[in-house]
Amino acid sequence: MADSPFIARGFHRHRAADPANRLPPGQYETNDFPVLSAGPTPRSSLATWDFTLRDEAGNTLRWSWDEFQSLAHETPMVDIHCVTKWSKFDTRWEGVSIDTLLAAAREKGIGEGAFVLAHCDGGYTTNLPLGDVTGGKAWVVFSFDGAPLEPEHGGPARLLVPHLYFWKSAKWVRGLRILQHDQPGFWEQLGYHDRGDPWKEQRYQGDP
Amino acid sequence: MEGAALSRRSVTPARLEWQVANVADVRAETDRTRTLVLRVPAWSGHRAGQHLDVRLVSEDGYRAERSYSIASAPEAAAVELTIERLEDGEVSPYLCDVLQPGDGLEVRGPIGGYFVWTTMQPGPLLLVAGGSGIVPLMAMLRHRTHADAKARANVPVRLLYSARTWMDVIYKDELEKLKSDADVSIAFALTRESSADASGFRRRVDRAMLEEAAWPASDMPNVFVCGPTPFTESVASLLVELGHAPANVRTERFGPTG
Repeated sequence: MADSPFIARGFHRHRAADPANRLPPGQYETNDFPVLSAGPTPRSSLATWDFTLRDEAGNTLRWSWDEFQSLAHETPMVDIHCVTKWSKFDTRWEGVSIDTLLAAAREKGIGEGAFVLAHCDGGYTTNLPLGDVTGGKAWVVFSFDGAPLEPEHGGPARLLVPHLYFWKSAKWVRGLRILQHDQPGFWEQLGYHDRGDPWKEQRYQGDP
Repeated sequence: MEGAALSRRSVTPARLEWQVANVADVRAETDRTRTLVLRVPAWSGHRAGQHLDVRLVSEDGYRAERSYSIASAPEAAAVELTIERLEDGEVSPYLCDVLQPGDGLEVRGPIGGYFVWTTMQPGPLLLVAGGSGIVPLMAMLRHRTHADAKARANVPVRLLYSARTWMDVIYKDELEKLKSDADVSIAFALTRESSADASGFRRRVDRAMLEEAAWPASDMPNVFVCGPTPFTESVASLLVELGHAPANVRTERFGPTG
């Protein structure tokens, strides 16, 4: 396909060039912050919100909202890429690194694994290899652009895994299950890719 | 939902390959929308509510991709897309103004497995559309017309369709004809219509309107809401307030995709 692309008769570029090569293939830049979700936006009370890490044996580490806030904060500024084709540059977030959470889990004797399955209010799930959420690449964030994260963008807290398509950055996240084997999440069972690397354009199941 | 989400896949699905569809026909719908009738050589079939990806490559190798909802019923002979022209867009003006019958168009799909409906899903159907959000819902209405009378009676449908003016209503004639089915009820919410002639509400969709025009939560309808993000966000929240189970309310939000 790459050898002889089909040329769309009379089609010309209208958008500005991407000299810094920040746009993965098939993406376009937007300054808006579009919303994509499968159902109504859940509303979580901070009084009952918690975040849990659980291994396959059922060992669990739990943080309340206040406990979670007392963990070390980081302020990543990253580009994000949605599978529906928009990308947004230099988004500013505040949250807790997954490395911090997993280090606490190890101290408490929570078992290790090769994958995580994020679970969320509303029943949404998404699966990630452990290597994609460790090494300073992933966070649980609760602030966007200096303000508390709006519910429609995943507040009170969402995952942020910016090097993968944005559906992996699950909204309304409430915990991670640490798994030995990969287990497809919500969109992954509905035809979307298990890993979702935008630079390899891994949008749908079967994409290389 | 979560229980279902934990099942394991047993087969590796085939890749959705790009293919060149033939533009068999184009049809103006409203001033801002146009339907493309596509013959897709290796179309595997779709379900009402799914979308497909379009890819445009220019002579100099520049490449743009967008997703568009499928408007046609799975039973239809061709795959139809209805495109809204966004004036500052890059892809939609091409599809609305440049592309002509006989041209090729690179597509892959169908895509999406959640915002889908078939007549096999029992219970009433509630469709709430904002603007060109009618497109995937039209595929559901069209799919329903292919069922026999008994099956149709099992899936009575109410459509609440919000548009700026009567002139902006897509598929107007076809929707009017659908009303001859006693199990189809259609209401319009026209937010900027000045003429007194056009039927329907003259305001944005609100709680009172949903109470009047939608199935009550006690009827346990399958609900599909599609429109711009603020519209969809508002309608879905109102439906939950009115007692609809969040798991029964499926949404498709679209932002600007030019």
